[in-house]
Amino acid sequence: MNQPMPKNSAMLATDSRLNGKRLGTGRKHGFFYELFRNRVLFLMLLPTLIFFFINSYIPMVGIYYAFTQFDFNTSLFDAKFVGLQNFRFLWQSGTLTKLTLNTVGYNAAFILLGNVLAIVLAILLNELRGRYFKKIAQSVMFLPYFVSFVILSVIVYNIFNYDNGFLNTLLLQLGGERVDVYNKPWVWIFLIILFYLWKNLGYSMVIYLAAITGISDEYYEAAKMDGANIFQRIWYITVPMLKSTFVVLLLFALGSIMKGQFDLFYQLIGNNGVLYNTTDILDTYVYRSLKVTFDVGMASAAGVYQSLFGFVLIMTVNYIIRKLNDEYALF
Amino acid sequence: MAIKEDVYTRIFKIISYVIIIIASIACLLPFLLIISASLTSNESIIRDGYHFIPQQFSLEGYRTVFTFPEEVLRAYGVTIFTTVVGTTLGLFLMTMAGYVLARKDFKYRNAFSFYIYFTTLFGGGLVPWYIMLTKYLGLLDTYTVLIFPGLMTPFLIILMKNFIRSSMPEELFESAKIDGAGDFKIYYRIVLPLSTPGIATVGLFLALAYWNDWFSSSLFINDPHKYQLQYYLYNVINSMQFIAQMGAGTGVSLSNDMPTESTKMAMAIVVTGPILLLYPFIQRYFVKGLTIGAVKG
Repeated sequence: MNQPMPKNSAMLATDSRLNGKRLGTGRKHGFFYELFRNRVLFLMLLPTLIFFFINSYIPMVGIYYAFTQFDFNTSLFDAKFVGLQNFRFLWQSGTLTKLTLNTVGYNAAFILLGNVLAIVLAILLNELRGRYFKKIAQSVMFLPYFVSFVILSVIVYNIFNYDNGFLNTLLLQLGGERVDVYNKPWVWIFLIILFYLWKNLGYSMVIYLAAITGISDEYYEAAKMDGANIFQRIWYITVPMLKSTFVVLLLFALGSIMKGQFDLFYQLIGNNGVLYNTTDILDTYVYRSLKVTFDVGMASAAGVYQSLFGFVLIMTVNYIIRKLNDEYALF
Repeated sequence: MAIKEDVYTRIFKIISYVIIIIASIACLLPFLLIISASLTSNESIIRDGYHFIPQQFSLEGYRTVFTFPEEVLRAYGVTIFTTVVGTTLGLFLMTMAGYVLARKDFKYRNAFSFYIYFTTLFGGGLVPWYIMLTKYLGLLDTYTVLIFPGLMTPFLIILMKNFIRSSMPEELFESAKIDGAGDFKIYYRIVLPLSTPGIATVGLFLALAYWNDWFSSSLFINDPHKYQLQYYLYNVINSMQFIAQMGAGTGVSLSNDMPTESTKMAMAIVVTGPILLLYPFIQRYFVKGLTIGAVKG
């Protein structure tokens, strides 16, 4: 949970079809025979299995909390069952709709803009000559990926704070008026997307750059012989060759469209209620309900909704993709 | 080659240079802003605001940070400890799991892969997870809770598995077996030495996640002595803002002799320092690891 999962890496590409279908076919021996024969392998895998059991599977039982009136002092099944009441409150307050729209909207923007711009930058950088220039540019653009979100919040504060932020200093010098950015909810839609790109573009660019490096030079030489100019070479060779990397990254990113980037939102917005309308996502709402407003029942309900909605979404997308092109399906 | 550049190519390259240079500068400027602010006197920041070049050079920000270095050093200690222990342990477990799942003769590898992967599709959510760790495992305010949840991620396990599968042929394991090596021996005598690039990449991901972690502290730690570095910074920043606002609200001038702004920025630099210093070395491995994986994809 504490690790921002680097969701868009092509390294997952070779394993994009975790195969659930073939399970249990052609089994000659029983499970216990296998268990005994490969006991060392099982033993080596055991810590991992236990880890995910504790960290992921047991908490699934806790979904039940969403249907109860939560009380920290009683155990799980002693809590008072209230049915869908928590969900009804969430729904009636309009919170659920707003959170869903924000979460899906931001993530869609991140995924689309992030990938498209990364491709553009990778193509541009790849065409340039000069080893050192390329190396330095790549390192510099990759740098923001390494700093923490807390530092990011310091940067944003440094630029936008009302009293002495860089922006206001600049505006005053130019003879303008101060702007209170922290009081303008709509600005943050752009700021959040902007800082997401600032932090992640370099990383995705490296992945695409690697994919471009993998394209055989022969294609380009042949195209040159045929008289294709640089735009034609990019459009008819590079771009199509990046398609599979793009689709794989896209699919993996879709998997976390209901989650993701909690750190970014929380560090930039914090508990600034003025901005919630345009910046609150499911993750920040759940976190706040748990830590600040102690609204555990609502938080659980929002969490369950997030998981279920996300799950159905992924299943649907996966189903559609399998119909269209079996090769690209996630599983 | 000797083919002459046409007009299109030249125009394209000029535009490319311009865009890449602008993008690179945009990536660097925010750092410059913080470094500059950390070297500016607080009065200057309050009077003139933040600039790219210190208007009035001063080291008082750093001086304040290091006047009482115990707290910063302790936070550093916690972060270094969790990073080292977490990365080592996580790497050990994930390479092992990756190896088992990469073995083609391991019959249930797909089932177990799905068992691991499924956790990214569906989960209980934050609240049950929190209750589980605090109420049933009693991990509140322990170092364990800073390390345990981040040990493994499905993404990194799958990445490790792919790496092993694509860089080591199955025959290698088989011949080692014929020579009498057990499964575990194959793992640490053959797989581990051959997976250096994979280990470097996964290890760096893991280490970076631990080093930059503030979330675990914020959820599970009440004792300030056990704060991780990033959360410590987060608190310093927010409490100073709070004190400054209180001062302004009550008319008591606290902020004048307290170099809050420059201290904040100095603190940010002190916290980020190690990463910025190590970055040139780290970055190479990252790119190499990503490249290996991406080309295979």
